[in-house]
Amino acid sequence: MRAFSYERATSPQHAAAQAAETGGKFIAGGTNLLDLMKLEIETPTHLIDVNGLGLDMIEDTADGGLRIGALVRNTDLAAHERVRRDYAVLTRALVAGASGQLRNKATTAGNLLQRTRCPYFYDTNMPCNKRNPGSGCAALEGFSRQLGIIGTSEACIATHPSDMAVAMRALDAVVETVNAAGETRSIPLEDFHLLPGDHPEVETVLGEDEFITAVTLPAPVGGRHFYHKVRDRSSYAFALVSVAAVVQPDGSGRVALGGVAPKPWRRAEADAALPNGASAVMSTLLDGANPTEDNAFKVRLSERTLAAVLAEAQE
Amino acid sequence: MEFNNPAGNNLFDKAKVVGQPIRRLEGPLKVTGRAAYAYERHDVASGQVYGYPVGSAIAKGRITGIDTSAAEAAPGVIGIVTTLEHDPIEGVFDYDPVRHFGGNEVLHYHQAIAVVVAETFEQARAAANLLKVDYARDEGANFTLSSTPEAAGETDPDPAQSTGDFDAAFASAAVTLDETYTTPAESHSMMEPHATIAAWDGDRVTLWTSNQMIEWGRQSFAKAFGVPADNVRVDCPYLGGGFGAKLFVRSDAVLAGLAARKVGRPVKVTLPRPMIANNTTHRGETIQRIRLAADAQGRLTAIGHHNATNALTEAGGEDATLPTVAFYAAANRQVVNAPAHMNLPNSNAMRAPGETAGLMAFEIAMDEMAAKCGMDPVAFRIANDTQVDPGNPDVPFSDRHFVECLERGAAAFGWSNRNTAPGATRDGAWLIGHGVAGAYRPAPVMTSGARVALTPDGRLRVESDMTDIGTGSYTVMGQTAAEVLGLPFEAVSVELGDSAYPVSAGSGGQWGAASATAGVYAACVALREAIAERLGVQEGDLTFEDGMVRHGNTSTPLGEVGGGEEIVGEDSIEFGSFRSDDALVATFGAHFVEVGVHAYTGEIRVRRMLAVADSGRILNPMTARSQMIGAMTMGVGGALMEELAVDERYGFFVNHDLAGYEVPVHLDIPEQEVIFLETTDPYSTPLKAKGVGELGLCGVAAALANAVTNATGVRVRDYPVTLDKIIDGLPSA
Ligand SMILES: Cc1cc2nc3c(=O)[nH]c(=O)nc-3n(C[C@H](O)[C@H](O)[C@H](O)COP(=O)(O)OP(=O)(O)OC[C@H]3O[C@@H](n4cnc5c(N)ncnc54)[C@H](O)[C@@H]3O)c2cc1C
Ligand code: SF4
Repeated sequence: MRAFSYERATSPQHAAAQAAETGGKFIAGGTNLLDLMKLEIETPTHLIDVNGLGLDMIEDTADGGLRIGALVRNTDLAAHERVRRDYAVLTRALVAGASGQLRNKATTAGNLLQRTRCPYFYDTNMPCNKRNPGSGCAALEGFSRQLGIIGTSEACIATHPSDMAVAMRALDAVVETVNAAGETRSIPLEDFHLLPGDHPEVETVLGEDEFITAVTLPAPVGGRHFYHKVRDRSSYAFALVSVAAVVQPDGSGRVALGGVAPKPWRRAEADAALPNGASAVMSTLLDGANPTEDNAFKVRLSERTLAAVLAEAQE
Repeated sequence: MEFNNPAGNNLFDKAKVVGQPIRRLEGPLKVTGRAAYAYERHDVASGQVYGYPVGSAIAKGRITGIDTSAAEAAPGVIGIVTTLEHDPIEGVFDYDPVRHFGGNEVLHYHQAIAVVVAETFEQARAAANLLKVDYARDEGANFTLSSTPEAAGETDPDPAQSTGDFDAAFASAAVTLDETYTTPAESHSMMEPHATIAAWDGDRVTLWTSNQMIEWGRQSFAKAFGVPADNVRVDCPYLGGGFGAKLFVRSDAVLAGLAARKVGRPVKVTLPRPMIANNTTHRGETIQRIRLAADAQGRLTAIGHHNATNALTEAGGEDATLPTVAFYAAANRQVVNAPAHMNLPNSNAMRAPGETAGLMAFEIAMDEMAAKCGMDPVAFRIANDTQVDPGNPDVPFSDRHFVECLERGAAAFGWSNRNTAPGATRDGAWLIGHGVAGAYRPAPVMTSGARVALTPDGRLRVESDMTDIGTGSYTVMGQTAAEVLGLPFEAVSVELGDSAYPVSAGSGGQWGAASATAGVYAACVALREAIAERLGVQEGDLTFEDGMVRHGNTSTPLGEVGGGEEIVGEDSIEFGSFRSDDALVATFGAHFVEVGVHAYTGEIRVRRMLAVADSGRILNPMTARSQMIGAMTMGVGGALMEELAVDERYGFFVNHDLAGYEVPVHLDIPEQEVIFLETTDPYSTPLKAKGVGELGLCGVAAALANAVTNATGVRVRDYPVTLDKIIDGLPSA
């Protein structure tokens, strides 16, 4: 870890302005950023603490949806009465992630912005285009069991590791931001994370000085909510594959996948195929998949996991 | 005291304290955070500073230069030691052919090449990243274990066992099996990382470290630092686990010692978790070809086992054939172990070395063979039990109750109710399967000494350099002393882990508890003799009971015998050769497990586990049970998730932290039960006890693999058994 200076932001816009001025990074729960700083994968020289800006509220919106403050802890979000009732897929995804202690610290914005768990990204002796642009990708022909099968590129095959974001994607969440100039914008989660292309180091559409203030969920869509996270051990592991699904009584619904792509993976055409079963969904949702030998099983696993969810939905 | 004959009837057969489920002596200290582990010994030396280790970025080659200027100029930096300023420092022991530090040659990834010392941990870590190291990479390295043991290992190795005519027996048998199995490299992953504080006083050095074998450590340090062993003190009252990773000295301690000498202040070094897998040691990966032959009645006629395993130098690796030579009967045997020279970090002992990987494979083979013979896997194992050394039938097992383990276990588990058609039992979305495996592990012992002091307040103090690696040594040694002196357990205190105390067996190879308690017994007998001398009577005429020593009609409180002075007894137990010449002394067990396999996703979850152990006298059923269930948990890891993934291009273990290297979590272990057979083994020790700590791991993974096959019909021969290996073969959901 390199030495850094530290300040507490006084308002969201102040946080953004300080980021613009110092080139520093926001620290929320710190559960991802500090780990990466210890390994010098992230080397900010200045930290802007964004806790204590009053962004830890969950409020109803005028259209019947929910506005989740950027600093709401994962534990609190998962336990929120309306989330459990109206957006159960989100609660299920959250409690399937990390551990109790981590969820007590982890925040909504921090979770969306957590970085990949590619093992080569974590070893600074190894080439990695995401960590060190232009150095190559050690994972492409290396140990890639955990890595992505779709939306990846020759430059990077890493996945986005979040569970929460997969559920939010299924719920059509929108990310709200403010920048140094005080300008706000609303970014559909669909457009928030970028595919790696030639620049895996650029992971979202956020500007350098852009600060997340909240995530909003539209009015509830009803249906039965599922989050099936598949992994080698029962808890405290990232997904090999996860399926977030909302299934309506008539068999229609939505599906998003985690563990397979650089962002939560959902396609409208695949949703439309839901009444036709898991195989129909996956032939669209994973069309164009380009797995490695190590992770080719994720294609079949995705389909079988969705089949498990659909079977449960019919019970 | 010499142990030259099997133990006869003795005081342990009427034990009052030994054998009781007494809570750990040091338990309250541990659960309240007051047991100070090596890195937390803030009070032992003043002015401690922090050393941060640097590991090689390449797996094989040379270091052509290290530029320390930026690091030296960094805030707080006190000194830097690089590998280029030392001659190579090698280990002491043949079976740990390690290069700790020194020289320009790189033998494996994350080999220690420097340590940066600073006032704070953060300063040392930051400065360590400023070293600029230039390497010349050696392209001629091998990181791949070939796809057959014959191709992987050295050619024509000496067989470990060659009995009868294997080839002829195999060729003519009614039923045969010829399969190849692999087990991956595994990481010990003990909770406490390697850590040491070192301080010099002139040419004398003290190391507060985390080490299982204090005397081996003392000898290693003497060699590493070029001082007489008597100038070295090693202290380690508590270890947060070791599993063999701390059997030998590792780089943390060598770096701390060298750095402390260079900067003239006490230096503490811990190995960062991401460095441990590649810097230290691991269980070697194996590829094993197993050939079995049986007659029409399901009796084995031939056993062939060829193992190859990665070794950086001549020694090392996981000798998976170790259990094969003795576990089951068969007249014709061909057993070969061949190290494969590879440039991965050196493999060495990890809990039940040899037996673990060996039985992972062999106990699958036994399951497959049972099926081929049309026999129940329990019955098949029973049919192939042996009461003698199968390679040397004149030598019997001293005390072997493997069949009883299987029978008791099968009854307790409800084995006869299991479904016998693979893939045919469902519970909702889950396919249910049951599996069994045998467990075998020798019961070695080592010379072990102790000192016991009777103090004027009537209490007993036990001192030994024995270690307690979380196993319960404090407690069972205290129980033994209380027993022999007729004192309540509460009257005994135990001090361990200091090289100032008598040399003990240390903790390893499941010899610890059996040897160390025998050593305490020897010391206590010496004390009883000293007491008898004070009283002017024969030791044999004394009775020690309820805190009193009785002679005829006179009873004296023990504390008064010394007349205000301590009375001390010190001795070692030495084990005679009869123990290996006249008998095979070993431990046995059977594991029964139930798993659920998700019919859609192939997720594998343990539902219940039962182990039956035949380990001689159980010194303390509570600490012994903890050993067993901990080992069973480790077996779940080995079966279902643990694998150090090798990058065969760069030559290193890729998943080198606890996020990438998964071990079981609480939710993976719903129910564990342990049954100890009430056996005693007079050939083992005066207490007739043997180890359990490694036995508990032997065979667990195979029982789980067999259960997965029973659940799904899919046979996996490459560990770990993960869902990607079964998903294509699952019955339609
Ligand atoms: C051992 C372990 C296991 C885990 N397992 C899982 C798992 O199974 N599933 C899962 O989904 N996650 C898992 N996680 C990841 C965890 O969810 C994230 O670490 C956490 O959500 C990050 O939130 P934080 O508030 O701590 O972020 P921080 O570490 O504080 O920040 C992360 C990033 O977000 C930026 N940031 C924070 N707030 C804002 C803001 N308001 N606006 C703009 N930028 C911002 C920071 O600058 C930083 O770059 C695991 C983590 C660990 C350590
Ligand atoms: S997959 Fe991406 S994160 Fe992993 S090594 Fe390649 S570039 Fe780096």
